[in-house]
Amino acid sequence: MTTQPTALAPSATATATAASGTRLGWVVADALTVTKRNLIAYTRIPESLFFSSVQPIMFVLLFRYVFGGAIQVGGGSYVNFLMPGIFVQTVAFGAIGTSIGLAEDLQKGLIERFRALPMARSAVLAGRTLADLVRNVLVFVLMTAVGYAVGFRIQTNVIAFLGGAALVLLFSYALSWGFAVIGLSAPNSETAQVMSFPVLFPLIFASPAFVPVHDMPGWLRPFAYDQPFGRVIEATRALMAGGPTASYVIDAVIWCVALLAVLAPIAVWRYRRVG
Amino acid sequence: MTMAIEADGLEKTFGGIVRALDGVSFAVPSGSIFGLLGPNGAGKTTAVRILTTILAPDRGVARVLGYDVVAEAGAVRRSIGLAGQYAAVDENLTGRENLAMVGRLNHLPRQVTARRATELLEQFHLADAGDRTLKTYSGGMRRRLDVAAALVAQPSVLFLDEPTTGLDPQSRIDLWDTIEHLVEGGTTVLLTTQYLEEADRLAHRVAVVDHGRVIAEGTPEELKAGMGTTVLDIGMDDTATAAKVAQLLSGVGPKEPSVVGTTVEVPIDDGPRAAMEALRRLDQQGLIPASFVLREPSLDDVFLALTGRPAEDLEAGAVAPADGRGDGRSGGRRRRRRARTGEVAS
Repeated sequence: MTTQPTALAPSATATATAASGTRLGWVVADALTVTKRNLIAYTRIPESLFFSSVQPIMFVLLFRYVFGGAIQVGGGSYVNFLMPGIFVQTVAFGAIGTSIGLAEDLQKGLIERFRALPMARSAVLAGRTLADLVRNVLVFVLMTAVGYAVGFRIQTNVIAFLGGAALVLLFSYALSWGFAVIGLSAPNSETAQVMSFPVLFPLIFASPAFVPVHDMPGWLRPFAYDQPFGRVIEATRALMAGGPTASYVIDAVIWCVALLAVLAPIAVWRYRRVG
Repeated sequence: MTMAIEADGLEKTFGGIVRALDGVSFAVPSGSIFGLLGPNGAGKTTAVRILTTILAPDRGVARVLGYDVVAEAGAVRRSIGLAGQYAAVDENLTGRENLAMVGRLNHLPRQVTARRATELLEQFHLADAGDRTLKTYSGGMRRRLDVAAALVAQPSVLFLDEPTTGLDPQSRIDLWDTIEHLVEGGTTVLLTTQYLEEADRLAHRVAVVDHGRVIAEGTPEELKAGMGTTVLDIGMDDTATAAKVAQLLSGVGPKEPSVVGTTVEVPIDDGPRAAMEALRRLDQQGLIPASFVLREPSLDDVFLALTGRPAEDLEAGAVAPADGRGDGRSGGRRRRRRARTGEVAS
């Protein structure tokens, strides 16, 4: 490299701007910078987005056309019962992206670089979870379209449906912090992914996502009903397909807030300790 | 003379077992290049991680531009740039996007960030590749971008952790030029390396690190004094013969020959003449060497001169970077052989 000796005097610009911004302003700005970076990365690997959409679509087709006929739901069509469960399942699997992404950043030494930068400490986690939330919004829109194509129709009204969407996304955001803990504990991104699935599987399948809880064995029913997935799915179903709503929604929101309140500090603690 | 970097009695133990730093102290004057020279696992990276606020020391104090790296970590981070021994860049982003991200996270205004990114891409000969994602970059290009990223905010103190490990010879020389130009502009550089040649070429002062301690400090000239300018390696068939040859060749160079395995290492000053003298003496005894090589002094020779034993690797796992590639694990001896012949070592 025949380099021109660019004057690298002590950085007046950096210190000046750092002093002028408010602390909170930087916390937000840094989180958005990292969010943007993660979103750009997602657009650069469209095949990952494509294949992560194929799986939930296959679930829709599988349950709508293969298993659906054998599952009895009281009143209404099975597809209207199914789709709220599919929404929750899809965003929950989408939230695994948080663990994979963080494990990858650790593995590649990016977190190491971030730690030596004058950025807000919270930005890496906030930027990752926010990017995965945005990704889940897109996935939700896609799944709604798929649902419409196979006969799903909103039984309540648009406001209630959007409320259901907001609940599903809030839930996925809370789960992202849990997957952040896994991602920060895993030795690499492959392991992070493998570690995440066993956490999700029992919670999703032992829930009212695909089958009414009253068709499950007695010992399983209380778990399926009261665990966070159970409550969030029932609340979403009530908001989209009708039925008693208030108590489910309150329980679901409490679960989301509680998960966030517990998982986010653990993730932050893990982040401080890695490396 | 003001000190840009001061380390005083730094200690760090990992997992209660591996003592990565065992009381490291040194000081780097502003505007100079300081080299931390040592084998894998000596504690160089740990020292850099402490000085760049990534890791807190168990004991000891470190200051960068007078700011304490623990108590005033924020002020330190605003003054430094760091390029690691593995290129910490996002391969899904373009070169320009990587630089812009680092600029924004350094809280530079958007226009300044954009201008710096263009300047640095130009400076590091990446202008044509600037808008391609890093997946298309070669290893050398990634490393250059990594160093460029460390320079976005025009830091007054730059840390380069084994900047040329794994680079091809041409990229290495290019990077050396770049580092020298930076210092002309007033930047202070701390660089770690396993290559005596690199420390010799770049650093004004060098600290030799071994088992978490500084075992020698001085100018490269001071370190090399008494080692001879060249080393003659004579391979024999067995250790007994090698020991005999070492005695035989006493006085050929300024220092006594030493034996490493079946190889006799003879520090010499006057290459051809000393080589002929050595061959003459061998011939008189009817000894025929298995190999006969003239080479530059290496890190090993510094260690032999300083400690009477070759450089050794610690368990590199505990001090390796978090990415777990642990490039020091695979046979220290072999690696040093590669390092000494100046090949790429990664």
